[in-house]
Amino acid sequence: MAQTRSNAFNNIIAQFNEPWKRYIAFAVIIALLLMAPISLGPYATVILTNALLYVVLALGLNVAVGYAGLLDLGYAAFFAVGAYTVGILTNTFGLNFWLTLPIAVGAAAVAGIIIGTPTLQLRSDYLAIVTLGFGEIVRFSARNLDITGGASGISGIEQPWLFGWHINTPFEFYYVFLLLAIIAVVVSVRLQHSRLGRAWLYVRHDEDAAEAMGIDTVRIKLAAYVIGAIFGSVAGVFFAVNLGAISPESFSFQQSVLILMAVILGGMGKIPGVILGAFIVVLAPELLRDLGEYRLLLFAVGLLLVMLFRPNGIWSVKGK
Amino acid sequence: MSVLNIFLQQLVNGLVLGSFYALVALGYTMIFGVVKLLNFAHGDIYMVGGFIGFLVLSVIAPIVGPGWTGVAVSMVVAMIAVGFLGVVIQRVAYQPMLNAPRLSILITALAVSLVLQNSVLTLTHGQYQPMGADLGFGDINLGMLFVSYNQMILVGTAAALMIGLELFVSRTQYGRAMRAISIDKDMCRLMGINVTAVIAVTFFIGSALATAAGTMAGAYYGSIWYFMGFLIGIKAFTAAVIGGIGSIPGAMLGGLILGLLESFGTQIPGIGSEWKDVFSFAVLILMLVLKPTGLLGKSEQERM
Repeated sequence: MAQTRSNAFNNIIAQFNEPWKRYIAFAVIIALLLMAPISLGPYATVILTNALLYVVLALGLNVAVGYAGLLDLGYAAFFAVGAYTVGILTNTFGLNFWLTLPIAVGAAAVAGIIIGTPTLQLRSDYLAIVTLGFGEIVRFSARNLDITGGASGISGIEQPWLFGWHINTPFEFYYVFLLLAIIAVVVSVRLQHSRLGRAWLYVRHDEDAAEAMGIDTVRIKLAAYVIGAIFGSVAGVFFAVNLGAISPESFSFQQSVLILMAVILGGMGKIPGVILGAFIVVLAPELLRDLGEYRLLLFAVGLLLVMLFRPNGIWSVKGK
Repeated sequence: MSVLNIFLQQLVNGLVLGSFYALVALGYTMIFGVVKLLNFAHGDIYMVGGFIGFLVLSVIAPIVGPGWTGVAVSMVVAMIAVGFLGVVIQRVAYQPMLNAPRLSILITALAVSLVLQNSVLTLTHGQYQPMGADLGFGDINLGMLFVSYNQMILVGTAAALMIGLELFVSRTQYGRAMRAISIDKDMCRLMGINVTAVIAVTFFIGSALATAAGTMAGAYYGSIWYFMGFLIGIKAFTAAVIGGIGSIPGAMLGGLILGLLESFGTQIPGIGSEWKDVFSFAVLILMLVLKPTGLLGKSEQERM
């Protein structure tokens, strides 16, 4: 019985293998998302904005985990790098928001290179624990340094102006995040089909064979790690200006885990799966509000069940 | 306080801390040696161990009292209970994944860790739980420094457990099988070794040792909570890496080194206790960069 249902679900997913159906589905989803704030009201708009933020974060982490097969357990660190860069530069140094954006990207890339270069040459499971340690170092530093505002963080981050237009309502931010999510999807698709994307696929499936074929495995893994870091940092920048205040606890290990769950529950390496995962992670607690503190336990059990019974994620086609 | 005084006092503190790290690191290293799995859930086993120890203690405290006798009994009971929990986790979660891609096993281990953590979070509502042990405050004056009885019992118990483990691994048939499996699992199977049983024994011992540390830490520091396994999990892993992952004497040595590094590190001007954890992570990263095989480890090829 369960088997038939799972087959039916597989069939639905398999429908999207045809490009034109995929484009139609994509257009319908975009149209729905464009209209969503008007029909759903302010509360739902804020929730959906959050879901779109997680889409960007999850797609970024997906580059490292899904494409290159690198388990990053400290991804929130890059999210923090972006948020704190914009917070410090606009508040303390009075820099224009749009100037901080490239600096945040640069900072994330440098952080990614510093942490990735030594560890990517090691056993793959060392990377997991080193990134976990790195995530904690970033959070501890944010909490203990003066420039990051200590445990209370930074508040009063100014919302950006774009050609005389002040982006400051939840509705405007919704569309900013929608645009970011669409850019993230497009970049992810382009990456997947690029030379680099094929190299990642190769390395993920057989690292030794890939190396034998002349792929510089350390360098392409580093590329995945750094590109993922940049996604996270950009998300952090807009997260900071949207909320106007940031604190170290937004970038905890639980945050990294939540993003990772979005990637894995839906199906790592598959863009629709990752988007689905991001929406599940954000919307499930809203829909299952009564669950309260059982929420994380439920996610954890879900993650375990997915790994044991549907290891390629919810969005997966058997035999593909 | 003279410099020498501070030095000796920190030495004692480092040894206590190092004993906890070493006990947890042993489980990491043994499990890694036998199944080549980085058991992320190991820190949470330590945490669950602390809670089971607390449960047992709260039952037996009216009978034998909340002193060291009570703690010792609850420690042993908890070690057995959580040892079996470790075996169950291995059977349910890791056994089906043994031939899956490495990424899947890592994520499964992470999922197990989250399930344990959030189960306890839900049960305790995220509150600190007083352990309810009453260990007393007696200490010995050694002229220059004071060593409390508690610290001596702690380090002594940890040492006894480690000596027991060393004897088990070097003298018994299971220990020999364990060492053989860490070299070549498939060959062991061909030689008629019951690999599944040895893996189960390894998980049992690893979990039991972490539980010993968890119960003692709860009794010594006074309280337990659902997240206490997280940091010690990373630190014990650091200890295992310092000593050379897969090496049992390495884990003991690494634990003590990390404990001492931490307690002396906090004395360096500029590194206060709030930077203690950052200090350990920096040690981990440096160690992985400079000498990934650790002090006593052998270089090893990544599994294909």
